[in-house]
Amino acid sequence: MCHVRMEQKTTAWKPSIWNNLGLSETLLAREYCLSGHPTLPCNVLKFKSTTIMLDCGLDMTSTLNFLPLPLVQSPRLSNLPGWSLKDGNAFLDKELKECSGHVFVDSVPEFCLPETELIDLSTVDVILISNYHCMMALPYITEHTGFTGTVYATEPTVQIGRLLMEELVNFIERVPKAQSASLWKNKDIQRLLPSPLKDAVEVSTWRRCYTMQEVNSALSKIQLVGYSQKIELFGAVQVTPLSSGYALGSSNWIIQSHYEKVSYVSGSSLLTTHPQPMDQASLKNSDVLILTGLTQIPTANPDSMVGEFCSNLALTVRNGGNVLVPCYPSGVIYDLLECLYQYIDSAGLSSIPFYFISPVANSSLEFSQIFAEWLCHNKQTKVYLPEPPFPHAELIQTNKLKHYPSIHGDFSNDFRQPCVVFTGHPSLRFGDVVHFMELWGKSSLNTVIFTEPDFSYLEALAPYQPLAMKCIYCPIDTRLNFIQVSKLLKEVQPLHVVCPEQYTQPPPAQSHRMDLMVDCQPPAMSYRRAEVLALPFKRRYEKIEIMPELADSLVPMEIKPGISLATVSAVLHTKDNKHVLQPPPRPTQPTGGKKRKRASDDIPDCKVLKPLLSGSIPVDQFVQTLEKHGFSDIKVEDTAKGHIVLLQEAETLIQIEEDSTHIICDDDEVLRVRLRDLVLKFLQKF
Amino acid sequence: MPEIRVTPLGAGQDVGRSCILVSIAGKNVMLDCGMHMGFSDDRRFPDFSYITRSGRLTDFLDCVIISHFHLDHCGALPYFSEMVGYDGPIYMTQPTQAICPILLEDYRKIAVDKKGEANFFTSQMIKDCMKKVVAVHLHQTVQVDDELEIKAYYAGHVLGAAMFQIKVGSESVVYTGDYNMTPDRHLGAAWIDKCRPSLLITESTYATTIRDSKRCRERDFLKKVHETVERGGKVLIPVFALGRAQELCILLETFWERMDLKAPIYFSTGLTEKANHYYKLFIPWTNQKIRKTFVQRNMFEFKHIKAFDRAFADSPGPMVVFATPGMLHAGQSLQIFRKWAGNEKNMVIMPGYCVQGTVGHKILSGQRKLEMEGRQVLEVKMQVEYMSFSAHADAKGIMQLVGQAEPENVLLVHGEAKKMEFLKQKIEQEFRVNCYMPANGETVTLPTSPSIPVGISLGLLKREMAQGLLPDAKKPRLLHGTLIMKDSNFRLVSSEQALKELGLAEHQLRFTCRVHLHDTRKEQEMAMRVYSHLKSVLKDHCVQHLPDGSVTVESILVQAAAHSEDPGTKVLLVSWTYQDEELGSYLTSLLKKGLPQAS
Repeated sequence: MCHVRMEQKTTAWKPSIWNNLGLSETLLAREYCLSGHPTLPCNVLKFKSTTIMLDCGLDMTSTLNFLPLPLVQSPRLSNLPGWSLKDGNAFLDKELKECSGHVFVDSVPEFCLPETELIDLSTVDVILISNYHCMMALPYITEHTGFTGTVYATEPTVQIGRLLMEELVNFIERVPKAQSASLWKNKDIQRLLPSPLKDAVEVSTWRRCYTMQEVNSALSKIQLVGYSQKIELFGAVQVTPLSSGYALGSSNWIIQSHYEKVSYVSGSSLLTTHPQPMDQASLKNSDVLILTGLTQIPTANPDSMVGEFCSNLALTVRNGGNVLVPCYPSGVIYDLLECLYQYIDSAGLSSIPFYFISPVANSSLEFSQIFAEWLCHNKQTKVYLPEPPFPHAELIQTNKLKHYPSIHGDFSNDFRQPCVVFTGHPSLRFGDVVHFMELWGKSSLNTVIFTEPDFSYLEALAPYQPLAMKCIYCPIDTRLNFIQVSKLLKEVQPLHVVCPEQYTQPPPAQSHRMDLMVDCQPPAMSYRRAEVLALPFKRRYEKIEIMPELADSLVPMEIKPGISLATVSAVLHTKDNKHVLQPPPRPTQPTGGKKRKRASDDIPDCKVLKPLLSGSIPVDQFVQTLEKHGFSDIKVEDTAKGHIVLLQEAETLIQIEEDSTHIICDDDEVLRVRLRDLVLKFLQKF
Repeated sequence: MPEIRVTPLGAGQDVGRSCILVSIAGKNVMLDCGMHMGFSDDRRFPDFSYITRSGRLTDFLDCVIISHFHLDHCGALPYFSEMVGYDGPIYMTQPTQAICPILLEDYRKIAVDKKGEANFFTSQMIKDCMKKVVAVHLHQTVQVDDELEIKAYYAGHVLGAAMFQIKVGSESVVYTGDYNMTPDRHLGAAWIDKCRPSLLITESTYATTIRDSKRCRERDFLKKVHETVERGGKVLIPVFALGRAQELCILLETFWERMDLKAPIYFSTGLTEKANHYYKLFIPWTNQKIRKTFVQRNMFEFKHIKAFDRAFADSPGPMVVFATPGMLHAGQSLQIFRKWAGNEKNMVIMPGYCVQGTVGHKILSGQRKLEMEGRQVLEVKMQVEYMSFSAHADAKGIMQLVGQAEPENVLLVHGEAKKMEFLKQKIEQEFRVNCYMPANGETVTLPTSPSIPVGISLGLLKREMAQGLLPDAKKPRLLHGTLIMKDSNFRLVSSEQALKELGLAEHQLRFTCRVHLHDTRKEQEMAMRVYSHLKSVLKDHCVQHLPDGSVTVESILVQAAAHSEDPGTKVLLVSWTYQDEELGSYLTSLLKKGLPQAS
């Protein structure tokens, strides 16, 4: 009985220890890829027994399959014909509507979540957020998967991320929709639908928007961090956010132990816009660099796009038309407002009102002014004057820019045309932008200018066709392009690059452009949605601390110029993933020997390891030494491999070869020990 | 022997002129560079000749850290960097970097323009000095060089105040600067993680005070102001332009609004609006409540508080005036004080600590007849009130911070010797750590024993830990390996690996001992008896009888052979390697005693 119990105990105890010691995953780090969208990544990295989620982006392109949510009753949208199958079967006509040859789902819009089946998300220890666009799926993860860990993000990321979520929730909740379509999602039915509905992936996992309560709860799990802050995870791994130059507070992350380094590069920019410049130097010496969030429009130069934006805007307004700019409430809009600030007077637009309409417009404009330390140098120096870093403060003061929470209320009184309106959502499926599309779409005097690169503008416009309004596509994506990537990789020289599969081949529409892909040596490892990747690095070393008392007792010996050795015998202690070597306990002196010791006490512990030996024994010197120590009657015989030294009187024989010595003698312990010590004089211990 | 050395050049058993030199693992850091408000001679600045008399300061200091913008922490900076000469990095937070030059300029104006001092630093020197500043963000690890790193923590106290961790390898010092452990109307509470520094250098202004609740003090303050104004008196509140002033402004602003009071509130100097603007831009450094609501209402936009004009001081009727500087040692606050001091209807409220030698300190210690310049005597009839609004941690707060950081040693600065003595005892009793309180110029030396980080090969570590998991591993096990030291790269590997890496072959040392026993039995039978004997004695060892007739104990080989000359004697050959010496030698002596008779 007793024996059995013992065994159970040991087996139960072993695995937990192994996990704590961080050795169960020693030779491999794994990456679980939960998102197929290269700029809205969601990966899970298992590294040294910590499970780290890198970003949780929300793919909102799924909403393009839905009908827009109008703020004001739209007869056009509500009178769209229902869609029927080729054979005339119209059982889906309540759910699906047709507009100019495209079919849309008439329902509350839904989002495509990161994969939740590939890995048990309740085991995720921490989530690292790189920028406010890459955290939009956070409430789905933190509130519905049993997640109990911590989320790390910078303060601007959290504050602006909150605004983006607040706007999204507001846009969707203020237009209650009775219908929630689900018939079309049936696999057998989906097959019969026209593209792109037919090809939409994982529609069964699409979810409706979260609530503000879920947002607040998710955000309460975030711990704020600063650039270059070193955050210890369970004593095993250290993570550090670095400035990535893309947005206010945007970061890349270093995940490292003492001997391994993974760099996670998400949305980064080398252009000088408003954020602090990208920290490239700290990415050096990575074993693995995970590369995500490159520009979505690699062929468009952001600078010339801004120029086109301004000239098209001016042209429309001069002709008496209105300009609609579908946008997010933070980010590029700050740069656009700054350009306009410099441009409007010279372009003679000073009398044209600029409206910024969003439930979070005011907050976004206010927040942008208080994050000085996250801004580029030029903007930082402004606060020393003290002046607000962004010139939109002046645009507001001089009444050139006005902001409203929505088209209802004050806005309707102030509204003057022609004007320029910045409003969301860039998908054109919800938000105040839907109203302006309906209002201005019929006149060719008006222009809609697309600046956000997240949605295909043609797909975004599809439910508004036919349109008379002009459409200009000026996508401004400041994230890294492929030329910048290859320069960056040359500079920081990671051993391996891991990236989404989209980056390892030219874009499908430009398959001849071999320059539009990541080019590095060795070739990048690619991943796709729902794939598990073993990261290619081997851990060979672990950090251990040698306590000062032990260090003092070590005797270093120079073996080769510049290389010293010391043999170490010490006691290993491991706690909280940290290893410490302490001096061995002093042997306890036998106390007088009054009591007879039991026989078993004498049996030596075979686990006391003795050092290895190295070197060779020169026979002549050895014989001289023997003589010096009082041995006489020494005879040396040559053998095939070495020599035999005979001590005739003592009936002792010492075989000496290049790599071995064999002492054969009678059971005379004193003699044996004497000879041993003389041999050891010629050898080095290891 | 590695050690940490600390020498206060200022703030040693004193408040004012904070300036502390720290040497840690061969790096020299200067913490704060303040002026003393109680002196106007040489003693107002730290004695930098202590650092070096002849050489350049830059060669002796790796960096300078400024904890916050109060002049007793940064007032000597332009003198130090531009007049004595220092070109190395100066670290401070961004709000400190923004506000510090303004206060320095203010200070310079009073010293040069009002007091007519010569040989003082110039405006240009302030600018040049500020060019050497590097901004530090909260919790960011700043690498000063390859070994020295610093990290800032939130300290409350004033906008941008920070505590600093200075770290080299496994040794570290935390310097608190001035801090506040309770949030106030505009700032949050200081916070530090359990960073276990080798030494914590903490301020101890209120070493013996346990302050009552903030609410009570606020109510008291408002009541006194209100009563004075009601009876037509004037209230003077000497403050520094930034810091306490904003907190009290918020307090009065809300009170005025609630009570619908009409008496004017003024704020002296043109700095007000500018000062408040800094607060608006540095909202992330204020308390939670202000940060949460600033979009709806910015707390630093005051409706009731207006700019003060010198002429207003003589206008009749009640008023409240905030005037700088805070210790009544010069400038506008002192001018107004002289005008109003004679009227018992008026009141002066000192909201902060006053350094010895200042008018503020004199009236607070009860002096009612003040000798002013030109042998003039000023009789103080106005009421003098002291309200401790200084945002320093009290005794409870200091103990709390020590508990949070868990230092190995504590060192007290920025306090009075007597009070420090009391706190020192308390800290030593409660936390069982050494506590020091050096005077200015006195050096405290702490021996440290840093552990040495090395890389252990995973193979060796895994082998050891796997062994450590065996159930019989009650005794601490010895890990054996070889430390390879190449330049500053230290690696601990198994002996085998060390040999292999260095291209060396192992040299095997083997012993074979002949044990002669009188026994006439056959060799095979001998071997059998040896086997059963060893098996019964060595219960914990692996004893085997091999088919070729030999016996092994672990890796030790025992063979029985006939004696070449004496058939009545058998020879046992015991053979082992150097690595098994203990056991081999033991077996030899065991067998030498002979075999037990078969029963």
